Amino acid sequence: MTDSDIWWSFKSSSLTVVAAIGTILIILIAFLSPVLAPHTPFDPATLSLSDGLKPPVLLSPDGDWAFPLGTDDQGRDILSSIMYGTRLSLVVGFASVVVAMSIGIALGLLSGYFGGAVDALIMRIADVQLTFPAILVALLIDGIVRSVISVQRHDEIAVLVIVGAIGLSFWVQYARTVRGSVMVEKNKEYVQAARVIGLSPLLIMVRHVLPNVTGPVLVIATINLGLAIITEATLSFLGVGLPSTEPSLGTLIRLGNDVLQSGDWWITVFPAATLAALVLAVNLLGDWLRDALNPKLR
Amino acid sequence: MLAFILRRLLQSIAVLLTVGLVSFSLFRYVGDPINSMVGQDTPASEREALRERLGLNDAPPIQFLRFIGNAAQGKFGLSYRTSEPVGRMILERLPATLELSFCAAVFALFVGVPMGVYTGLYPKHWSSRLMQAVSLIGISLPTFVIGILLILVFAVWLHWLPSFGRGETVMLFGWWPTNFLTIKGLQALILPSITLGLFQLTLLMRLVRSEMLEVMRTDYIKFARARGLTNRAINFGHALKNTLVPVITVTGLQLGALIAFAIVTETVFAWPGVGQLFIQSVQFSDIPVMAAYLMLIGLLFVLINLTVDLLYFVVDPRLRSQGGAARVAGH
Repeated sequence: MTDSDIWWSFKSSSLTVVAAIGTILIILIAFLSPVLAPHTPFDPATLSLSDGLKPPVLLSPDGDWAFPLGTDDQGRDILSSIMYGTRLSLVVGFASVVVAMSIGIALGLLSGYFGGAVDALIMRIADVQLTFPAILVALLIDGIVRSVISVQRHDEIAVLVIVGAIGLSFWVQYARTVRGSVMVEKNKEYVQAARVIGLSPLLIMVRHVLPNVTGPVLVIATINLGLAIITEATLSFLGVGLPSTEPSLGTLIRLGNDVLQSGDWWITVFPAATLAALVLAVNLLGDWLRDALNPKLR
Repeated sequence: MLAFILRRLLQSIAVLLTVGLVSFSLFRYVGDPINSMVGQDTPASEREALRERLGLNDAPPIQFLRFIGNAAQGKFGLSYRTSEPVGRMILERLPATLELSFCAAVFALFVGVPMGVYTGLYPKHWSSRLMQAVSLIGISLPTFVIGILLILVFAVWLHWLPSFGRGETVMLFGWWPTNFLTIKGLQALILPSITLGLFQLTLLMRLVRSEMLEVMRTDYIKFARARGLTNRAINFGHALKNTLVPVITVTGLQLGALIAFAIVTETVFAWPGVGQLFIQSVQFSDIPVMAAYLMLIGLLFVLINLTVDLLYFVVDPRLRSQGGAARVAGH
């Protein structure tokens, strides 16, 4: 397939164009938050308790234009918190997809290329892991890390722990896909030719087989990005993800949920809406990419 | 058929043993069972004696077998956090989780399947398109966000339903507290069940819809029409029946997911089930509870998968022959 086909299928689906623009906008705003955000919400020196619990400006006369989406009980600006939080959610989402992809591709290549006992071992592990939902595996990994290191140390490396936990819970799908493609590819003439001229298995796998399986891997990665963002948000909401000193969207929703009973809904609802919009946009892109790269549907 | 069932049974035991091994390694090597039982200033000789008495110096395979044997009797040691027997802690909280998951599954099935049939029969109707759009949003909203929004609307703003806890429960058989016998208990079930079941509902709806679209194009449906059968007989007697195999597979797999995702729902609604217990054990790195929960979930998943395999034979008569069984096993 040529690139222009994908471009054409992209342009002809207006929903996808909207989703793509939305995704790019969210990413841009999130990564420019140090420049764009009106406040630095997690620098205690800039906070004032007298700004606490201000409602959104358009919905109540008590609002303050300095805090367009209102403030939380500590006087932190909701809009700025969301911008910084989205950045963290995106970083963790992308990073854990990269980790899952790397593990999955490596194990899938090994499994498919060598077959035999290596293949059996890797695929049985994959089977057992697939019995459990990814969120459970991520929780378990986080729990194990927590018992090995101290609480304070855990908070310092929370981002790494979460990326590792989510990465390790999503590798199976990549491994299975890559393995399947490799088993088809390795019997083709170009791989046999490469073997005959004496290239090492590593070189054959990475340089010759891998480029032929990038399509399906890319599709899984896009769909998994939405899932990874949701998983991170869920872990943070459950209080085992990112700490409140370094809040992602999930942490912000948890903090807002603690005061929800008193009716201060904006602290929860705006981060939740941002999370939903982000995941919806990414999922729409993933759906389109899956259809566009799937020759059976054309 | 018997050979097929036997093979699945062996596979299930293999999965359970693997889960047991992970669980055992967690229990034995990640947490130190001795440290949790004695004080900081217990002398090393005493620790060693305790170690010997508990059999922690035996060869690992023997320890593993003993662990499995104890697990089979529901003995998982004492919780690091509360010093209660883990088996009893889980048993006390299991009814709450099972009732919640059951209600969520019933909600997902009895709303999701009819919606799927409807959108599959009339894919172009505006209400079908609306349901499709809403289901896409439903898949993109994380479970906990749905729960929070429901609490905000129905508990905080409208004051119709309680926002946390199980409400009133009645003891059945002296040990099973149930929600089903009091008005307050039933009210407390509504929001958590919807929260937990919504994702499964959208999944089932989409699945039934695409299966119905496929089945309605086949020749035997055209033939049934030619025979002059009523729409009702065709839609439900012929078409829906043939979508059941994938529906059963997905429902079964999702039943496991329901019990796992109950962790999230239970946290949102402060529902006193095993999921909440598990989250607390992760927060406090309470290894015995984590290990026991893992075994429990593994057992539930294996039982569900076995039941699903057996249900295939009930639903699809083609599978009752030997060749058919091999076909399903290959899936």
